[in-house]
Amino acid sequence: MMGDFFKGLLVMIWRVMTDQPDPKAEFLSVFPGGLQPLVSAVLSVSPIILVFATLFALTTWLERKGLGRIQNRLGPNRVGPYGLFQPIADGLKMLTKEDIVPRSADKVVHFLAPIAFLVPTLLAYAVLPYGRNLVPVNFDAGILFFFAVGASTELSIFMAGWSSRNKYSLLGAMRAIAQMISYEIPLILSSVTVIMIAGSLSLVEIVEQQGGYQFGWLPGWFVFTPWGLAGFVIFLIASLAESNRSPFDIPEAESELIAGHLTEYSGFKYALFFLAEYLGMFAVSGLAATLFLGGWRAPSPFLEWVPSYVWFLSKLVSLVCLFIWIRGTVPRLRVDQLLNFAWKFMLPMSLLNLLAAAAWHFTATWNFIGAGPGRWLLCAAMIAVPYVLLGRALTGGKKWTRRTYRFAE
Amino acid sequence: MQIAFAILVALTLASAIAAVSLRNLVHCALCLALAFAGLAALYLQLGAQFVGFAQILVYVGAVAILVVFAILLTRGGESAPQPVISRSWVAGIAVAVLVFGVLTKAMLSSSLAHREPPPKPGPAVREIGNQLMTRYVLPLEAVGLLLTAATIGASIIAMQDAGRKQPDPQSVASKPANARLRRDAEEFETPTG
Repeated sequence: MMGDFFKGLLVMIWRVMTDQPDPKAEFLSVFPGGLQPLVSAVLSVSPIILVFATLFALTTWLERKGLGRIQNRLGPNRVGPYGLFQPIADGLKMLTKEDIVPRSADKVVHFLAPIAFLVPTLLAYAVLPYGRNLVPVNFDAGILFFFAVGASTELSIFMAGWSSRNKYSLLGAMRAIAQMISYEIPLILSSVTVIMIAGSLSLVEIVEQQGGYQFGWLPGWFVFTPWGLAGFVIFLIASLAESNRSPFDIPEAESELIAGHLTEYSGFKYALFFLAEYLGMFAVSGLAATLFLGGWRAPSPFLEWVPSYVWFLSKLVSLVCLFIWIRGTVPRLRVDQLLNFAWKFMLPMSLLNLLAAAAWHFTATWNFIGAGPGRWLLCAAMIAVPYVLLGRALTGGKKWTRRTYRFAE
Repeated sequence: MQIAFAILVALTLASAIAAVSLRNLVHCALCLALAFAGLAALYLQLGAQFVGFAQILVYVGAVAILVVFAILLTRGGESAPQPVISRSWVAGIAVAVLVFGVLTKAMLSSSLAHREPPPKPGPAVREIGNQLMTRYVLPLEAVGLLLTAATIGASIIAMQDAGRKQPDPQSVASKPANARLRRDAEEFETPTG
């Protein structure tokens, strides 16, 4: 019986590592029938939590080191080799801090807010396909589930801001919710473009559709089409805003609002908010990789021997590095600039992206000379020309002049 | 199955009762959001994935936020605790029981109660999309028109607030307090010696 258990365990691990279908069947047969769904769920969930919690710890280190090098300083380098144990030190610090709750705060809501933020964020991981046969739940309406649980996190920001009975918290919460609602629309519209072309809301189906290679070497990912490239850029910008990351971090900026809705949270509750925010960033990077970058697919026919989950993780990590890079480089937007950008620029661009994707779909049957580049030019023009015109119209007619300097006497 | 249904119903009913009977208005709004989530769970238990997730996205993600924003922007702090039970509770209970009885009798004696449950449909979302584009295209367009009208109305209301005459820079500079400030600033800036 114990022999069966370990044999099933090893078989399952080997099958997962080599991308074989249905890895859990032999291991589950060791357990009685009634217990099998529970064990199956635990087996699906525990690797996700382990991997992404570790990735969270590594990302905090990577972010501090990366931002440090961009800003011409070293970053943490004392705790362990190259500062690699810094996340452990941070975790211990958060655990041992005193948990301060303001006396006039609404205790129940104040307590529930970090939990209400973390649980929907973790739920979003259930529909991402991590590998060829590695999706925890294959919903028919997978993307809708992802966006539904993403929308539920906004209520927790309100709970955090309101229950703290603090002007800054309330202002920060209102701005954060306004920002998140505004950027949800370009986020969902750019993924609706992918849904429209792929013909399904299921993420597994969307990755299936991105197979094949054009000209023998260019992967058939959606990012290599004009509407896919524009959609990818819109999706990335909107996901930066959804995760409250720079340059859209006005809700949490220390110099603006102390810490916004997180002002009155200390110790482990703050750590939970921090964790949930980073987990949200990973989830939306994973979704970007799935929708636009081909998910677990390899970029070239020669590299298909590398396991599929390695490709997914590397795409996710490279997107996270991109986010860190953007944080270190771009200054923060003001809240009215942020909201204007979402409603006046991103929303029309994502609607135009839908039109360009429809044009791409309906010109797929062109087969006269020069049809391939012609399609590309048509769809790219449908996006690029309005981009330039809209950008010019929205600057309000301000002229670009030579920069003048005024020096101290 | 029955246990799951009973738990979900208990959760939804409890949060709905809490939403109308708590004293703190924000707590009521949050319990209402919980009732919406309970409804979504009931839809999911019936196997309607699309409707369940759309319920969460629309109700918990947008309508509940709208309710709390309305409370935020109009209440401004703690409201005085009001008596929870109104004075005409006898008449209220009588009317509620009457309406419930009428609705139950109508539902049970209609043809819906005696029909067989329909066969489980195939991939639901594709079917919904097909039906929306062929048989129900008129309600779809009507809803689109309604949403457009709501957006335009909101923009007009917001624009009227911003279209009020902006304070003239000249008149602002000539106000006595600002004149005093400018004079003090000039005194400060004059280099000494």
